Amino acid sequence: MQSPATYHYKVVRQFTVMTVIWGIVGMLVGVIIAAQLVWPELNVNEYLSYGRLRPLHTNAVIFAFGGCALFATSYFVVQRTSHAPLFAPRLAAFTFWGWQLVIVLAAVTLPMGMTQAKEYAELEWPIDILITLVWVSYAVVFFGTIVKRTVSHIYVANWFYGAFILAVALLHLVNSAAIPVSLFPMKSYSAYAGVQDAMVQWWYGHNAVGFFLTAGFLGMMYYFVPKQADRPIYSYRLSVVHFWALIFTYMWAGPHHLHYTALPDWTQSIGMVFSLILLAPSWGGMINGIMTLSGVWHKLRDDPILKFLVTSLSFYGMSTFEGPMMSIKTVNALSHYTDWTIGHVHSGALGWVAMISIGSIYYLLPRLYGKAQMHSMKAVETHFWIATIGIVLYIASMWIAGVMQGLMWRATNLDGTLTYSFVESVKATYPFWTIRLLGGVLFLTGMLIMAWNMFKTMAGGQTINAPVLKAAIAH
Amino acid sequence: MDILYLLIPLSLLLVFVIAAIFWWSLKSGQFDDLDGPGYRLFMDDDDDISAGNQYPKEDSSNSEGV
Repeated sequence: MQSPATYHYKVVRQFTVMTVIWGIVGMLVGVIIAAQLVWPELNVNEYLSYGRLRPLHTNAVIFAFGGCALFATSYFVVQRTSHAPLFAPRLAAFTFWGWQLVIVLAAVTLPMGMTQAKEYAELEWPIDILITLVWVSYAVVFFGTIVKRTVSHIYVANWFYGAFILAVALLHLVNSAAIPVSLFPMKSYSAYAGVQDAMVQWWYGHNAVGFFLTAGFLGMMYYFVPKQADRPIYSYRLSVVHFWALIFTYMWAGPHHLHYTALPDWTQSIGMVFSLILLAPSWGGMINGIMTLSGVWHKLRDDPILKFLVTSLSFYGMSTFEGPMMSIKTVNALSHYTDWTIGHVHSGALGWVAMISIGSIYYLLPRLYGKAQMHSMKAVETHFWIATIGIVLYIASMWIAGVMQGLMWRATNLDGTLTYSFVESVKATYPFWTIRLLGGVLFLTGMLIMAWNMFKTMAGGQTINAPVLKAAIAH
Repeated sequence: MDILYLLIPLSLLLVFVIAAIFWWSLKSGQFDDLDGPGYRLFMDDDDDISAGNQYPKEDSSNSEGV
């Protein structure tokens, strides 16, 4: 008898394992640069200096950790909800190896100082071309699988994943447009200049937050929260409204990164207004996710995976409230360039992105290795509490540091001179940088526990590919 | 701000593309049932995984050769 058709889990497994590995690497670099702020003598040479490691940290956590999590979960979700195996599995394998190559190249070139100097788009032109190839392949595999689906409805998670894939392709192509000048060392000049370049950069930068770090992970949320809670999403209708509202209103929030700069004032105001509008769809989605637990709140008591997923939604709600508030010009006048911004980013990055990914991966791992559950659920629980305490320390210290810096910078004496020199605000920030370092170390410790748990779960398990569901059962 | 001559038309184009996709999904019946899909997520035999390893072990016949 012919063995039944199975889903392609191999590429999901590969991306899942690498999510945890790159998570540890990226967060370790984060801990190192946090330590460099407390002890500047840790900048031992130019390759390991703060200025070169910081883009390595952001690239590693966003594109290596977050990217692998998105690849893994989207390949899993699109197959299971479309009731079809992946389209072009060899191309899917190429996306895995190609993406790993991008990450390794980033880890080599950034410490060497090769950079386009565009935030979150630092990688130089040859790597940009490789990213484009991988991304187009990703789109072919993902949308090919959607086309191949044996159920007529496209589940809402796939809409979010699909929007993320298309938007990131567009953003990458426009923002990374550059004129290459050499291959060794990699060097290019941006196709745009001055304030034009700044506008494109933050049109990219904020939409990367919106589509890479939000839409993609919302796709994750709409599959794994209902699955782990064993309840359908609170309102499927709201999830559809959430999707279209978010997609139609996102694109113009970018200028809030450029308040009080050479950017025309009206462009800044548009950025602020669109940022405020975004509060509505963001909170709609957050409420939809959290209310999925209505009636089964007790599950939160003893299911640490659900704790990760629901806490991530709380942080999503917090940071999508904080973000629009910070985009208001008068608030931004205080918060801009301070550590408040860093705290806000990590509220979203650790609280939302990392926690929803971690919860989803704890859901995935046993299913990919033929186990009933993770090797140690106690370790998952420990991970949850260590991570949560780490985030709280991180965000609270950065709030205090940021507001303090903002107030010190704007304080003037009666004669109009500045009350504090800049370095006095640096000196005052040391205690808070130390607390932030502690928060970062705690979060990294949680990831190490996760890695141990992951390898224990993999050991003795067998790699399985679940059979594709017959279309007849699906309807 | 010449760049706005690129970014604003690009945004408008995008809005039309999104509107077209929305129109297609509406017409093709994607939103005819706005309750069922939430429940259908669970009709995928996912639970029997905890019962043991009855799924075929990955081997050359069903691995995708990657």
